[in-house]
Amino acid sequence: MLTKTFKRGIHPLHNMHEGKGQTRDLKTREYVSDTVVISMAMNIGAPAKPCVKKGDHVDIGQVIGEAQGFMSVPVHASVSGEVVAVDSIPSLGAGNVQAVTIKNDFADTWVELKPLGSVEKVDPSLVVPAIQAAGITGMGGASFPTHVKLTFQAGATCDTIIVNGAECETHLTADYRLMLENSTRIVDGLRAVMRALNVKKGVIGIEDNKPEAITAMINASKGREGVSIRPLKTKYPQGGEKQLIEAITGRQVPSGGLPIAAHVVVLNVGTCAAIADAIIDGKPLISRICTVTGCVRKPANLLLRIGTITEDVIGECGGYSETPGKVVFGGMMTGICIPNDQMPIFKSTNGIVVLNEQQSRSKDESPCIHCGRCVAACPIGLNPYQIKVAADKSDFAAAEKLHVMDCILCGSCAYQCPSRRWLTPSFKYCKDHITAEAKAKAAAAAAAKGGNK
Amino acid sequence: MTILYAGILLGALGLIFGGVLSFASKKFHVEVDERVAQVRECLGGANCGACGYAGCDAFAEAVVKGEAPINGCAPAGEKGVKAIGKIMGQEATAGERLVARVLCQGENGIAKERYQYDGYQSCATAAGLAGGPKDCRFACLGLGDCMDKCAFGAISMKDGIANIDPDKCTACGQCVKACPRSAIKLLPVSAKVIVRCRNSDVARVARTVCMDACIGCGRCKKECQYDAITVENGFARIDPDKCTRCGSCAAVCPCKCITIE
Repeated sequence: MLTKTFKRGIHPLHNMHEGKGQTRDLKTREYVSDTVVISMAMNIGAPAKPCVKKGDHVDIGQVIGEAQGFMSVPVHASVSGEVVAVDSIPSLGAGNVQAVTIKNDFADTWVELKPLGSVEKVDPSLVVPAIQAAGITGMGGASFPTHVKLTFQAGATCDTIIVNGAECETHLTADYRLMLENSTRIVDGLRAVMRALNVKKGVIGIEDNKPEAITAMINASKGREGVSIRPLKTKYPQGGEKQLIEAITGRQVPSGGLPIAAHVVVLNVGTCAAIADAIIDGKPLISRICTVTGCVRKPANLLLRIGTITEDVIGECGGYSETPGKVVFGGMMTGICIPNDQMPIFKSTNGIVVLNEQQSRSKDESPCIHCGRCVAACPIGLNPYQIKVAADKSDFAAAEKLHVMDCILCGSCAYQCPSRRWLTPSFKYCKDHITAEAKAKAAAAAAAKGGNK
Repeated sequence: MTILYAGILLGALGLIFGGVLSFASKKFHVEVDERVAQVRECLGGANCGACGYAGCDAFAEAVVKGEAPINGCAPAGEKGVKAIGKIMGQEATAGERLVARVLCQGENGIAKERYQYDGYQSCATAAGLAGGPKDCRFACLGLGDCMDKCAFGAISMKDGIANIDPDKCTACGQCVKACPRSAIKLLPVSAKVIVRCRNSDVARVARTVCMDACIGCGRCKKECQYDAITVENGFARIDPDKCTRCGSCAAVCPCKCITIE
């Protein structure tokens, strides 16, 4: 089979099946906990506003948080039961976010659903609004609202929809299990989007370390108009949006641009399945597959309700097998370490990886030896060691000149570095600072404009 | 002979170029106000940008042109401002010298730790990760963003808290800008009695996140005979104009968050 790929990149944990061995053959099973804490800020953009109050009874799928503007999606109850609290919890980012706590009554009563019917017959103009109403955000990790991705500015054209089944992250097998167990739904979701955007070509890219998934997806896409499967080389970060576009279409996304500049829209397999659920069954996004692995007694692929608390999930997996050092949401390369195990899972939590104390100890950095391995690893083609020099001096102008804003924070350079330099965190520091400064400047300019009037 | 020719040639060239240069310097002479250089001498010299100009040179030029106030350079101090006033022939008084103060005492062990942070050593990065490693959302994170910015070496880190040396501080304000928690404020140097907490949460919450948090109980306000203390938003503030540095408030504070120097 001819496999495609992008330039550079790395092979993390190559000799141990990318760390996926623990869970790749385990069937997904459902786990429902008795309490869920549903965060209102699960998407990039404006957080939703809670519209239920303490003591209310909610059914599954009921809107509990209303979308605030275009760059926002509603939040739905993932269990039926009584709302026990509407308060603020610490978010994964800065500050606190509003959250709704629901006590599950296990009656599993649904709100009245409004299915739109078969994806091949649905009115294309209804698809994107249905996606927003179902609260769908990118389920690969970045949680960008999907309807925003599917709404282009005037003049932009799209000729290919790429579905990301690469799952290049180490340890995670959630997308792999979804492709095996629910392959038709993924193709249905892709077809719905293709019809909504009037795009003739849909490509599902899958890394070649998942041959079973490739076979399953080929079988599911038989007889579906315009859908093809593209095996990809196993390499990190193959599932990065820009890398996937380069591998499949040979086009490059321009610096600072969005995929639509390369006439492509990229969706995760999980997002596609959620879109199919929203169109065919009318079901909002209330659950997702999550790989729980690392130092837990019984690693598993679990179908979890959004808002399930990490402690409960770990308990369902037999508890910690060693003293935990870090608990990471997402994979090892791009995941975010959570502050404590009271954190609820989000729409984008594709994995929970538990590290023991020894694994989570960070090493001190040594001086750069100018070996150039980071340059050879960077999938974007940046010079990480130079940017790091600028970052250490907090010289943000120099870092910006070295295109730090194009960094996708994949961590390839830091993984390869023999001196264990803290490359990726320092780039994040630069990116955050530059973004904040640009925002402040824009706000000041807007204020000055208002003042002149 | 060869040496002689070379000497004559170079000498002649030197004379010609010298003549051209002296002519050019007369012809294209630009009138430079000598006061700019003199004013520049009196400034702090760190190019900190606190005055709002591009650097010390730009500020000196603006002062001579009369665009910038004479006492606009905080690092110059009282002495510097007087010197500039002399140069410009104006009466100038520096406002009272300000110093940057860290309004937090939440050292390691006193402020409750939310999680152990061993990532990139920057307060801004840590503050963006689950709200920062300290439970209090007003706390100094102690990773040294202000220390990196300080051009005068006035800031040091101890036990997870920034310490500012008031003698070295020139009130340029770079640390105030750098702090993601806004835990640093510029206060008059005479304000020796300081409430070192800005936690505006209700007392119950404030107390659970930090042993030294101001709970807004108002005992200091009752104790103060000069009406210098107000309790707003759940924490106390001292008006430096009314405060007589008697220290009675610090004596009664149950949380030990009022300090006297």
